[in-house]
Amino acid sequence: MSKKIGVFVCHCGTNISATVDVEKVAEEAKKNNPGVSYTTTYKYMCSDPGQKLLRDKIKEEGLDGVVVAACSPKMHEHTFRNAAKKAGMNPYHVEISNLREQCSWVHPDKPTGTEKSIDLVRMMTEKTRKDKSLNPIKVPVTKRALVIGGGIAGIQAALDIADAGHEVIMVEREASIGGHMAQLSETFPTLDCSQCIMTPKMVELAQNENIKLYTWSEIESVDGYLGNFDVKIRKKARSVDLDLCTGCSSCWQVCPSKKIKSEFDMKLGNRTAIYIPFPQAIPSKPVIDREHCLLFKDARKKNIPPNDSKVCRKCLDVCPIAPVKAIDYSQEDEFITEKIGAIIVATGFKELDDTSMYGEYGGGKYQDVITGLQFERLASASGPTEGEIQRPSDGKLPEIIVFIQCVGSRDPAKGCSYCSKTCCMYTAKHTMLYKHKVHDGHAYVFYIDIRCAGKDYEEFWLRAVEEEGATYLRGRVSRIYKKGDKLVVLGADTLTGSVVEIEADMVVLASAMKAQDDAEKFAQKLSIQYNKDKFFSEIHPKLKPVESSSAGIFLAGTCQGPKDIPETVAQAGAAASKVLALLSADELEREPVVAKVDRLPAPIFSTCIGCFYCKRVCPYGAIAEEDIKARDGSVIKTVARVNEGLCQGCGLCAATCRSKSVELAGFNDEQVYAEINSVEFN
Amino acid sequence: MSETKFEPKIIAFLCNWCTYAGADLAGTGRKQYQANVRIIKLPCTGGIDPLFLIKAFERGADGILVSGCHPGDCHYNSGNYHARRRWNVFRPLLEFCGINPNRIQFSWISAAEGGKWVETINSIVDTVRALGPFEGYHKLNTIGPETSGEVAAAPSETG
Repeated sequence: MSKKIGVFVCHCGTNISATVDVEKVAEEAKKNNPGVSYTTTYKYMCSDPGQKLLRDKIKEEGLDGVVVAACSPKMHEHTFRNAAKKAGMNPYHVEISNLREQCSWVHPDKPTGTEKSIDLVRMMTEKTRKDKSLNPIKVPVTKRALVIGGGIAGIQAALDIADAGHEVIMVEREASIGGHMAQLSETFPTLDCSQCIMTPKMVELAQNENIKLYTWSEIESVDGYLGNFDVKIRKKARSVDLDLCTGCSSCWQVCPSKKIKSEFDMKLGNRTAIYIPFPQAIPSKPVIDREHCLLFKDARKKNIPPNDSKVCRKCLDVCPIAPVKAIDYSQEDEFITEKIGAIIVATGFKELDDTSMYGEYGGGKYQDVITGLQFERLASASGPTEGEIQRPSDGKLPEIIVFIQCVGSRDPAKGCSYCSKTCCMYTAKHTMLYKHKVHDGHAYVFYIDIRCAGKDYEEFWLRAVEEEGATYLRGRVSRIYKKGDKLVVLGADTLTGSVVEIEADMVVLASAMKAQDDAEKFAQKLSIQYNKDKFFSEIHPKLKPVESSSAGIFLAGTCQGPKDIPETVAQAGAAASKVLALLSADELEREPVVAKVDRLPAPIFSTCIGCFYCKRVCPYGAIAEEDIKARDGSVIKTVARVNEGLCQGCGLCAATCRSKSVELAGFNDEQVYAEINSVEFN
Repeated sequence: MSETKFEPKIIAFLCNWCTYAGADLAGTGRKQYQANVRIIKLPCTGGIDPLFLIKAFERGADGILVSGCHPGDCHYNSGNYHARRRWNVFRPLLEFCGINPNRIQFSWISAAEGGKWVETINSIVDTVRALGPFEGYHKLNTIGPETSGEVAAAPSETG
């Protein structure tokens, strides 16, 4: 029996109708197509009356197939399928013709756009004719969340989920949680001390019974799917037993390697080889930096197990834990697999710290040209100078300081065209911190534009200018060169049209926020998408800002794009609420786009010939071998079967199958051929 | 259609996650391109049966584009690699059958590359327009394959 199909053509205001003759499209859809029993056009199909029209017509006209010719299916396929479901139709008999994104917006010529639209609608009409009823697949949910990254985004998300009563696993690759926020001196626009608001949250996380914390650990692999992820975590060899160690500090006090550049202090301070990154670290237990530790260096050189090296065992000797010492040189990487229901990615950003590409700013050669985060460490009470602004080369108090904004941001020539969003505000903050500490000093700022859009932000930077007396110069710096112990900054003030030459003691570059170096590799591990700057992509820029392209994986914080602390915290809370919504259900419904191997009556049972090529290409291990048995238990033949829970619906098996026994629901051969056949060729 | 200028029809088989979204992005950015393409959306390029392409040519398509995610970016981890491998075998076969390989293109276009989508479409449309209509398949029953100089003279015409 042939289907009764209804075609609904949307004007989308004038978005479609301006360049496509929608009436003609509707008319043509009916012509020579006996299956199409109803067509109409409507101003906004996605609006409430539009959806009502769809529901009413399904009932009145007795439709059993619907084509909505509107915007991209990525926008409203779900909307229209839901509407059809409400009208009692199986939602998988609804198809969308993409007339907006892929036609009316890109083809300004009306006859051309109309002709293409007619084709597009016919293609979907023919596909709809072959649509089958499908039912969502139900899968159980593991009620445990994984948070990757222990910065402020991860901490906030983990606390929100844990406080709601669910288990959380947090994985942080550094030795301590805290992230970049723990490095900051004070925060805009309130100038409250970052550590004072950050460290209590870190402690709260460590003490929360619902949170299991893995520091010095990384994600090895993520398998499975929404509600049922299998996450393999690599616990990197810390050389310190976290259960035994009390964090007494004896070991790092005796460590002889004292001149290792501290990553936490942005290389302005030193640390030992066995170390905690900063005094308030959580866990407050050390890690041995195997690259720099004398014992490990010696073991590597002699190619012997580290335990056999006798070069330096000071930390082990001094460790007061008995009878088993907390330090274990022979520790190796350990792998743990956790079952997870939903994942939040909060892996943060990396400051552009390699300024060698900026030849005009000294190419990274001048010690007194530092980055924004380095300035934070100088200004921080827990930093290498205990909060005194001393320039790195000779420890002198800089009397004249120059800040340069947009270093690595808004600079397409350096491959970075976006705005890092936080630098205008943090530079204003830096000028204030500087003036609070060096009262008779003078701060100059070179800027392109001031972008301080945020609550109390505009007022904040005006304070820097009006109350703290920072001199803002609109223009770029063309060159910095050394003259004695001064740095001469040559720049332009485009508002007065003059060249500016400043003899400065120190220069601070407002470095860009970049994606983590391994962001691309990490995204591939999780099968999530990222943009050209390697920031992870949300699935919809406006309406789904925390969902990644993989179901069950959410984004929080700067891994998704530059943002400041309030925004990060808000996004982390949003991601946590999405995870909580998922974990609140016992079962989840999944799209039924899965593969199926045919089953037929005896004596054929299945056309599957049992070559299992499908099993070899399946990326999810979703194909199993099934014995078809006779009554006496003897095996008649072995054929493939798809595990619906594991199948993600890529269709690799269907394309690989030599006997055409595998069908991908929603995209089966009949449907694709119907689409191909319906295109009108010359 | 000989009296009007030849306008080729291109069938594009796109993966849902990258190139289809890239084509949407071209729309969102109002980037104009030639209207000769008809898109068929599939979950993954790895799920494209070569017979789909044959069918499109058989129906009269003048050119075909297969486009998916960049290597390493496949939503299904490895689907695009399977597509590439299948493609490497299939393309010489088409060529052997006498179909000019320039009529078929394979590309990687990510969801962020609206501009690349526009360039790809314009380039394949221009290429195929220059090649002229694909008539090889229609005549395949009576003649030999399309030669490098396009369609060979039909045997019925030569004698």
